[in-house]
Amino acid sequence: MNLHDGLKDPKLCRNVLRQIEAEVDEQFRFMEVCGTHTVAIFQSGLRSILPDKIIHLSGPGCPVCVTHEREVAAYLELAEKEDAIIATFGDLMRVPGPDKKNLKDAQAEGARIKVVYSAFDALKVAMENPQDKVVFLGIGFETTAPTIAATLKVAKEQGINNFYVLSFHKLVPPALKALVQDKEIKVEGFLLPGHVSTIIGLEPYKFLAQEYNIPAVISGFEPLDILQAILMMLRQKNNHEAKVTNNYKRAVADIGNPKARQVMDEVFEVVDTFWRGIGVIPQSGLGLNRDYERFDALKAFNLTLPDVAPIAGCRCGDVLKGKVRPDECPLFKKACSPASPVGPCMVSTEGSCAAYFKYMVE
Amino acid sequence: MGKKVLLDYGSGGKASQRLISELFLKYLGNERLNRLDDAAFLTNLDGPLAMSTDSYTVDPLFFPGGNIGSLAVHGTVNDVAMLGARPMFLSCAFIIEEGLEMEVLEEIVASMGEAAKKSGVEIVTGDTKVVPKGAVDKIFINTTGIGQIVANPAPSGHRAKPGDVIIVSGSMGDHGLAILSHRQGIAFDSNVESDSAPLNHLVLKLVQEIPDIHVLRDPTRGGLATTLNEIAQQSQVECLIFEDKIPIREEVKGGCSFLGLDPLYLANEGKLICILPENQAEKALEIMRSDPLAQECAIIGQVSDERPGKVVLETGLGGHRLLDMLEGEQLPRIC
Repeated sequence: MNLHDGLKDPKLCRNVLRQIEAEVDEQFRFMEVCGTHTVAIFQSGLRSILPDKIIHLSGPGCPVCVTHEREVAAYLELAEKEDAIIATFGDLMRVPGPDKKNLKDAQAEGARIKVVYSAFDALKVAMENPQDKVVFLGIGFETTAPTIAATLKVAKEQGINNFYVLSFHKLVPPALKALVQDKEIKVEGFLLPGHVSTIIGLEPYKFLAQEYNIPAVISGFEPLDILQAILMMLRQKNNHEAKVTNNYKRAVADIGNPKARQVMDEVFEVVDTFWRGIGVIPQSGLGLNRDYERFDALKAFNLTLPDVAPIAGCRCGDVLKGKVRPDECPLFKKACSPASPVGPCMVSTEGSCAAYFKYMVE
Repeated sequence: MGKKVLLDYGSGGKASQRLISELFLKYLGNERLNRLDDAAFLTNLDGPLAMSTDSYTVDPLFFPGGNIGSLAVHGTVNDVAMLGARPMFLSCAFIIEEGLEMEVLEEIVASMGEAAKKSGVEIVTGDTKVVPKGAVDKIFINTTGIGQIVANPAPSGHRAKPGDVIIVSGSMGDHGLAILSHRQGIAFDSNVESDSAPLNHLVLKLVQEIPDIHVLRDPTRGGLATTLNEIAQQSQVECLIFEDKIPIREEVKGGCSFLGLDPLYLANEGKLICILPENQAEKALEIMRSDPLAQECAIIGQVSDERPGKVVLETGLGGHRLLDMLEGEQLPRIC
């Protein structure tokens, strides 16, 4: 039996579940801030066996879901440029733009789009196609930003002049701050993202406990990880205390990964950025800094971030903030389904609407 | 530099004839094919018959455990067999990109010959087209198979009944992961081999000894999840399956976790799903275990009338979730 089997072990999990059942008194609303947690909670069937009083909310932790309509419009505009090859992670292929068109449609119309597994693969595409301009769509949080920064360092060192990044990276702690400052959102505990935390560590979340009295636990993605984290938050709530705890020490060092942060700092600068459903959050994004300006696709292709009218009826924004459940959106399973997604929460494999649609047994 | 396939080879003239006699007949030849008439003259076919066709496009052409040629034979042989039939004859049609190395074509055709021999089917008619460079990706192969139905009544996706059990003949996802891990551009290496194999001999044993098999399907593209959804919808039943009973190799689990994919949606090319009354299950497992292709067979679930048309997965923790059909292809995710 390997470690991961142990963390899925039904017996161990049921033990923790029984403790949760014994200790949950009133309702407890927790939010996970990572799309991989969202999927893990549904895939493992945890959601269907947690006590009813444990209210589970999915937060703004899916990189596709929080990509703003303006940003989607910008990369779709880029797809129309004849001299550009777009390199992207697969998740973005189906996200509809303002006129419902997505990258799959653009590809069928002739746009050159390559689905890649890493920014380095995108750089390879650039090196293999020196006559074209290759643009990597830089979407994601602190998890992906360091590898993209490292790729840009290589591109700079090797003098590759046909590689660009459209940097729409977002930072998790400022989004959490925006959430807890919203009086309508009543989250009593945060399941903190395992992957992001490998980079940033414990420190940037401490304000949750110190300033807002909300317990928060960095968690892995196995069922036992998640159950333990819920129990830890619940106990703190019952004891009227709040701490930020690292319960994923097998992958996350309390100090995170300073080397990764250093490479991010070398390439990016912190900027204000748009989050879908939330709006502008100050100092919550990463743009390319002056030293890497020449790789900036926004500038190289003169892209604007056009105003885009919100989609009528779509409540992805409220879903991301935990204000409504996906099935409370009037479009859910009607106008909006994975076959014809209206909003990004239904498109992304890590989106909460898609998870509800795909996994909920009625 | 080795010889390459030229447009001339598809012209119908002497070059085509040379290709047919020196390559195709060399590896695929038999009494019927060698006649080179416009159509195959078939004998020994008493109805009812099963017929199936499929086109094969795969990147890369060669993968651990097989290649597009053997796959094109196994795939159609298995499709015909799933009706409880004995596959007998195959047609094959090639669409080849100008410039493909002759060596590559030869290796593909040779392995088709071997696969046909192993399956006990004859390739009796065929066609070759060569198209300009860029018009197709290297080579596409279409095969059509015809066979005699042995089972009475024939198994069908429409015949699953509440109370039946669901058996798979072995581990899921091997073919899909073998292909993905060797696709250009994916920096990921695994030891997983494709399970590509002919299942007709196993099927024959099953249907001869157990006349009451309701459904036989090979979970190819879309994997176990998609195929079970098709069956659930065709038969208007619920398929409840148990996560910890589904055989999946550790390497496949690990590879899928790395790539952000679900093994239950990955293609299999040498496995079958068998749905039959519970009192016949042990006998089916016994027959499977006596076949080298089905050593890891397992009962993975049961059929009920609770949620018609749905597939529900009971997780290792005892939770339940839908196992829906995929919308389009699985795509690599961001983090």
